[in-house]
Amino acid sequence: MSTQLSVKKVKTAGRPKSPKILLLLLLPGLFYLGLFFITPFASLITTSLQAPVPGGGIGRYQPGLEFGNYVFVVTEYFDQIVRSFVYATLATLLALVISYPIAYFIGVKARNKPVLQALLLTLVIAPFFISFLLRTFAWKQVFSQNAFLSTALRDLGLMADNEFLLGSSFVVVFGLTYNFIPFMTLPLYTNLERLDTALLEAGSDLYAKPTSTFWKVTFPLSIPGITSGTLLTFIPIAGDYVTASGNFLGSPNTSMLGNVIEANFITIQDFPSASALSVLLMAAIVVMVSVYIRRTGTEDLL
Amino acid sequence: MAVEFVARGADLELVGIRKEFPGFVAIDDLDLKIPAGEFFALLGPSGCGKTTTLRLVAGLDSPTKGKILIGNQDVSNMKPHERPVNTVFQNYALFPHMSVLENVAFGLRQRKVGEPLPKAIEALKLVELEHLGDRRPTQLSGGQQQRVALARALVNRPSLLLLDEPLGALDLKLRRQMQVELKAIQMEVGLTFLHVTHDQEEAMDMADTVAVMNKGRIEQMGAPEALYERPKTLFVSKFLGQSNIFVGDVSETSGDSVSISVAGRQIKVPTNRAEKTTGTIAIGVRPEKAFFHEDAEPSASAGLNVVGPGEIIDIRFTGVSNQYLIDIPNLGEVTVFAQNIGKSPVTELGAKVWVSWKVEHSFGLADLPEAKPKGN
Repeated sequence: MSTQLSVKKVKTAGRPKSPKILLLLLLPGLFYLGLFFITPFASLITTSLQAPVPGGGIGRYQPGLEFGNYVFVVTEYFDQIVRSFVYATLATLLALVISYPIAYFIGVKARNKPVLQALLLTLVIAPFFISFLLRTFAWKQVFSQNAFLSTALRDLGLMADNEFLLGSSFVVVFGLTYNFIPFMTLPLYTNLERLDTALLEAGSDLYAKPTSTFWKVTFPLSIPGITSGTLLTFIPIAGDYVTASGNFLGSPNTSMLGNVIEANFITIQDFPSASALSVLLMAAIVVMVSVYIRRTGTEDLL
Repeated sequence: MAVEFVARGADLELVGIRKEFPGFVAIDDLDLKIPAGEFFALLGPSGCGKTTTLRLVAGLDSPTKGKILIGNQDVSNMKPHERPVNTVFQNYALFPHMSVLENVAFGLRQRKVGEPLPKAIEALKLVELEHLGDRRPTQLSGGQQQRVALARALVNRPSLLLLDEPLGALDLKLRRQMQVELKAIQMEVGLTFLHVTHDQEEAMDMADTVAVMNKGRIEQMGAPEALYERPKTLFVSKFLGQSNIFVGDVSETSGDSVSISVAGRQIKVPTNRAEKTTGTIAIGVRPEKAFFHEDAEPSASAGLNVVGPGEIIDIRFTGVSNQYLIDIPNLGEVTVFAQNIGKSPVTELGAKVWVSWKVEHSFGLADLPEAKPKGN
């Protein structure tokens, strides 16, 4: 991954000659961070602590220190919070299971066939050529009540007339998995592409069956790729508000954190709750990711 | 597990092995038998099929045709992990995510051998690395990694140990040192070693038997001394050391020797050292067995072959010996090595000399050089 590489480069780079030049070079980046990260973040935190204007209408809030907002959103939206992380975990695992063989094939088996390798990589990236929204919308058509899939399932007696594919957890997790597979495949591919196949031969030479060689050699060596892949899928999935929304593949029963935040900001105009949820989501992800990276021993990624 | 793991080596037998890759034949009808406990070297230039042979024995590739027997058991259809064979890979292929000790214990754990760690420590002791068991392979030097690779293979007590250019990545001094150690370890454990190398010195130094491979075939096989003293083909005479080769028609066949006439001279070879005794044949001699004479032409009668006169066109000092390149009209260039014992016979270029060697040092080859005869 590029993140890995850049970290290594910074570590090995020589000492800068002058701290002034270093500061000058950092300035655009620091300015960018200040403007586009610190400012909205500070605004988000202050908004999350706002209190309603006494006697004010919908969407009228004033600055305050209302920490109760956090307690309120956790109790009010507990289901959605749990659902977000359950869906994100499921979709990440599914994406991993689907991506690993693809990445292995492209990176290891097709290594000596550059044309095939390029073709397969293009196929992995190809979905990006079409908007994420359009693709999700296309899946909505596929899963809709009168489309072939639903009618076929109903004709086969696998689905009752009053059951729907759209809006089910299954379809939402499917959509999330589908949308984020390339983010899993690409880091895995870059990792497996560098796998030394002599190690696999050494494994088989040392009496390891192909499955043991996989679990003892290939898999442990691909953990950095798995880590970056799961981070690149888990984080955006946990905050996704498109796939699970009622306008696309979801329903009120599948609402995730992103949908709740969106609804609070735009429909209900409960800005403090929306902000509190956003801050919580961010904090939860930071905590989970740090624990995860500690566990997988790939601190290099941070 | 299908194969019983023996503590001592087993015979290896290759029967009619042929291996084709798309577009070329890597090994062409190879028959080979290596007795148990022997240190056997497959020597040849890159692309001669020696590494392919090794991979076929290890099971990493499968032969197009033929059978592989280890200890009289046909292993041709066995997967690599089922064969009682271990390999020391060219770049060691140590597992980078495991400690040195875990690397060595890998094979034992896979075979569910009891007490893998104490046995792995024993193997590390054999290669004198028991103090580095906790390190990662990348923290070791090339020579140490090489020894870990050896320990990782030896700990399994395979019937047959395969070594794929194991010393290729080491510098010259370390390589010579590892040669000695490798040979000592082989004698100690008594396993059958099949060693693949392109380094003729390495092969001759360590092996009991050397097989010289060229273009997918074994050109000649035998003890290192026999191969060196009596090469039977042009390739062997040039790949294993250097040779001066003379080509001519057989002019006389006496009881115990064959003569060819070259550039007005008779060059003789003992009949029992000639592969061919009729028609056009090639006769060679090693440069260190030839001498040159600057004052007068030596008499050819006393069992000597004499050529010349020629002119010294190059002198190289290599420390142990001086190497003279002598250009003889109508005959080509002849190389003579003179040991550096402090009194070089000739030190100047352009001197006019004759070259002689004992008839018994000549060897007659089975084939002929393709181009014009030329001394090497």
